Parts: sequence; structure tokens; C-alpha cells
Amino acid sequence: MCARHENPWPRRRGRPEKERSRRAADGERTHPPVSGGERLPRLGAMRCEPVVQIQALVKRYGTKTAVDGLDLVAREGVTAVLGPNGAGKTTTVETCEGYRKPDSGTVRVLGLDPVGQSAELRPRIGVMLQSGGVYSGARADEMLRHVAKLHAHPLDVDALIERLGLGGCGRTTYRRLSGGQQQRLALAMAVVGRPELVFLDEPTAGLDPQARRATWDLVRDLRADGVSVILTTHYMDEAEQLADDVAIIDAGRVIAQGTPEELCRGGAENTLRFTGRPALDVGSLLKALPADSSAVELTPGVYRVTGKVDPQLLATVTSWCAQHGVMPDRISVERHTLEDVFLELTGKELRT
Amino acid sequence: MTTSGTYAPRPGAAPLPRMIAAQAALETKMLLRNGEQLLLTVVIPTLLLVLFGSVDIVDTGKGEAVDFLAPGVLALAVMSTAFTGQAIATGFERRYGVLKRLAVSPLPRWGLMAAKTLSVLVTEALQVVLLTVIAFAMGWSPHGNPFAVLLLLVLGTAAFSGLGLLMAGTLKAEATLAAANLVFLLLLVGGGVVVPLDKFPDAAQSVLGLLPIAALSDGLRDVLQHGAGMPWADLGILAVWAVLGLGAAARFFRWE
Repeated sequence: MCARHENPWPRRRGRPEKERSRRAADGERTHPPVSGGERLPRLGAMRCEPVVQIQALVKRYGTKTAVDGLDLVAREGVTAVLGPNGAGKTTTVETCEGYRKPDSGTVRVLGLDPVGQSAELRPRIGVMLQSGGVYSGARADEMLRHVAKLHAHPLDVDALIERLGLGGCGRTTYRRLSGGQQQRLALAMAVVGRPELVFLDEPTAGLDPQARRATWDLVRDLRADGVSVILTTHYMDEAEQLADDVAIIDAGRVIAQGTPEELCRGGAENTLRFTGRPALDVGSLLKALPADSSAVELTPGVYRVTGKVDPQLLATVTSWCAQHGVMPDRISVERHTLEDVFLELTGKELRT
Repeated sequence: MTTSGTYAPRPGAAPLPRMIAAQAALETKMLLRNGEQLLLTVVIPTLLLVLFGSVDIVDTGKGEAVDFLAPGVLALAVMSTAFTGQAIATGFERRYGVLKRLAVSPLPRWGLMAAKTLSVLVTEALQVVLLTVIAFAMGWSPHGNPFAVLLLLVLGTAAFSGLGLLMAGTLKAEATLAAANLVFLLLLVGGGVVVPLDKFPDAAQSVLGLLPIAALSDGLRDVLQHGAGMPWADLGILAVWAVLGLGAAARFFRWE
């Protein structure tokens, strides 16, 4: 396989091929595997009750309705709340954290009312705000140690600092840390108290790829150790990579929910792409394909075949290539992505 | 990557006294690290005491200038920490989401407020020690009942804290910064700190006398300079300000 950065294909961002095919082979499994290694079992007893249960939540700010009759059930594991800016993600999460009182509807987090039973709930959850939350004159380790002191059985602060690469911050105060360092500190503050449930609001927005991976790895470790995670994001790949369950929010409502596989399966036409020399006779290829297929040359030398993509179709395409002396130097089978699903459901691009 | 239960949930709040002590220690550390705050709470009161005590700028009445100045500067120290410093710090904590983040920590809100009060008291104790040592070096000879002094300082702290938190919890951080400094300056001049109130016209005097800074400096002066017993009128004024200020702060303070 050639290096990814040389990839000339107009594919949507997605997971590596091996991960993609392994997921496809997973078939009906309800939980997606964790990528980047074998899937680890989660520790801790399985609970039946949901970690978050929201019924008919309505939240208005003045005349603007931010959340409009939202229903959401999150079970243990990682739940991604996906949606464009202004969809109501942060309002929903902040209602779960006890910051906002619902105008109507009910919210239960770990079975508790986040407003009325806040004192009971707060030690059990970890919160990463979208920004801020730290004294501008505090050093990273100082603030993290402080939050640790508010909990009965905190994590080892030094190990956590090491783990998140915050050791290099030294005596630098918060206001002078880079955006990525500030975000990793906020993440560390959310997990240091060993919570049962962690809320992460846009945890990797604006992070460089390396810091992003570090965050993802930590979320996977949390999940493996039995910590449930609710994360909001507007990155598709983040939801696909991390989430057991995805809730798509638009205009203050959940418009679809399921595992990434379930969401991507519904009504999805599959796609096969290959590259060859430019200006092949697409009409002749089309004649060889089943009736409900289509084939186009997207850009010179890049061809897309859509239809029921199965081994038979793949064989048809490759044998057509052989007959016409075409060496397809790249060929891949693609499935519907969450982004496609989102586009279909809302008619909107997710990232604006 | 392998994990071995490092992150396995084990939630729980730390004991309340430990949380409050940790919070108070951090807030005090933040204050002592902040240059502007030190200017306000340490440098300005010290300079005023030394400058006005050694140079005859304002006629401070009969007796040693330091006997007049020391009580006023102690009152100023209380105002600088409990009102100006606390208002500015809390305003920016609100602006930068510190209050918001702490609101979901195991520390209850009243615990955070208790820690803030503790931090203010610790800072004031440091100020009082510093200013007292300097005043003694300048020949200060205080009189009176230490308990009355303590009561004045505590009620003054309550009154100024209420007003400072009211400002921090309702205005924007920048507005708080500007207003708190302006009020500090105005009360420094018009509150009987270094300029005796009897230098002002009679009509102004009766109004200025009701200001918390005037009540505090006047009460401290009655006791420390003139050896009076309990300055009930000044204590009463401070108590009213404390009730009004803390009540309004509790009612109108917004955490975000």
C-alpha cells in the first residue's frame, strides 16, 4: 500500500483499510472493535440501567430553542453525540452536568437528577469543558494536583501528567500554555478523580494529529477500564473510531442513534473505486456490470462504481480490466460513512 | 496499549475540611503570585503608611501622624483584599470558567465561598502583621481593646466581601476590574483613610461617614488612637453593609 499522504483518491477521511475490512467482517456485532489493536474487554460489572437517560428535554434561551424535545439513552461504553455547531450538543451535555435546569423533560445521570442530586452526582462524574476552567495564573501540574485533592481516591497525578505529555509544561502558567496543552490539561482534570462517567465536550477540537491520537488512546483506555464516556464532537472519524453508540443531533433533537455500523448500513449503496489510465471506455464497463450499477470517471484515471458491491461485482470489474489491458494500481471497496448518513438525514454538511 | 485497571472507577469526594483547605491554599497562592494584586494589597498600603507618616502632606490633627494613619491603612488593607482583590480575582475566575469547572467538582458552592473567605482572612492576617510591624517601627502606640479591633476587622471583611462578590458575580470581568479599582481610589481619598473626614464639608461628612471604609477606619481609629470601648455606631454601619452586600451577592451572583 502506498503512503497515505500520497493518496490521490477523493475518499472521505476514514479509517485505514485493514480496520475497514475487519469491521465489515464483523457483520452483525453490536459493538465496533477498538482499532489499533485487539479489542479489550471492559472491566467492572455490567450494568443494565443507562448511564444517561434524557426524555423530552426542552431548553430555551430567551426566544431561541436550543434543545427541542430531545430523547437520548446512553448505556455504558462510549457514546458520541454528533452534530453541527449550534445543534444543541453542549446544551444537552451541560444539562446532564447540572449546569442547566430543563425547561421541561427529565434528565437522569447515573440514575440521579443532575440539579436536585448534584452533591451525590458530582464526585461520580468527570467534566471536560470546551474551554477554560483553570486559574490563569496556575501551572498545569498545580491545577491537576488541586482537582485530585478534591477527590477521595484520585489517579496518580505524575503518571497522568506523563501519560498526557504535560510534563513539559514546567512552570508555565495556564494562560501561556498552547491550546493543545490547555485541552489535555482539561482532559486530565476530567479523569483524575476516577469517575464512573466522563463528559468530554469537543475533546479534540483544534488539536494536532498526535495530540488527537493521545486523546483517543486515553478514551479507549477509559472504556477498557469500565469508565463510560459521553463525548460531543463534530468530527466523523472521532465518532467512528471511538464510539460504541452514536447519537446524531440536529436542531435540538436526536435524529438517529445506533452503532456506527447500524447507522452506516441503512440504505447505503456501496462504492468501489479504482484507478487506471485516463479515459477508459466507461460505457463498455457499464455493459459488463449488473443492471442497477453505475460507473463514472470522477477525475482523469479515477473511476467509481456504485451498486451492490459483492465479490461477483469485484470479479466483474477486475476481469473487465484484464480484458482491456488495464492495470488498476489501486482498488478499494468503500462503505457509507457517518458523514454520508448525516448528509442524507439533514441535507447539511457536518463541518461548516 | 495495555491497561490494568488504572482508570477503573473509584469515585468519591475528599473530606470537606480537606477540600476547603486545599481550595483556600490555592486561592491564596494565586493571589500572592499575582503582581497587580500584590500592588493593591501590599505595596499601596505600605507606601501610604510610610509616605504619609514621614512627610507632612496632610494635616492629620494633633498627635503623631502614624497614630492617625495606622488604623486608616489597616482599614484600607481590609478593603484592598476583601473588596478590590476579591472582586477582580473572582470576576476573572468567572470569566475563564474556573467557577464553572469547580461547580461540577465535589467541592460544594458554599465550600468554595468558605475557602475564598479563608483565603481573604489569611491574606489580611499577613497584611496586618506587615503593617503593624512597619507602624511600630515608625513609633506607633496603639491603645484599646484588641477584641473590638478584631470585631471591626471581621465585620469590615464581611461587608467588603459581599460588595466585591456582588460586583464580580454580576458585571463583566473587565467592568469589575475597572470599577473595583475606581471604587478603591475614591474610597481611599473620601473614606477617611489618609484624609481626615473633617476636612470635607459638613454635608459631605455625614454621607461619607456611612461608607463602609469610613466606618471601618473611624471605628479602628476610635479604638486604636483614642482608646474607646466598643464603637457601636461604626459596627452597626458595617453590619448593615455586610447584610445588604452578602444578601445581594447571594441573590444575584451568576456563576457563568
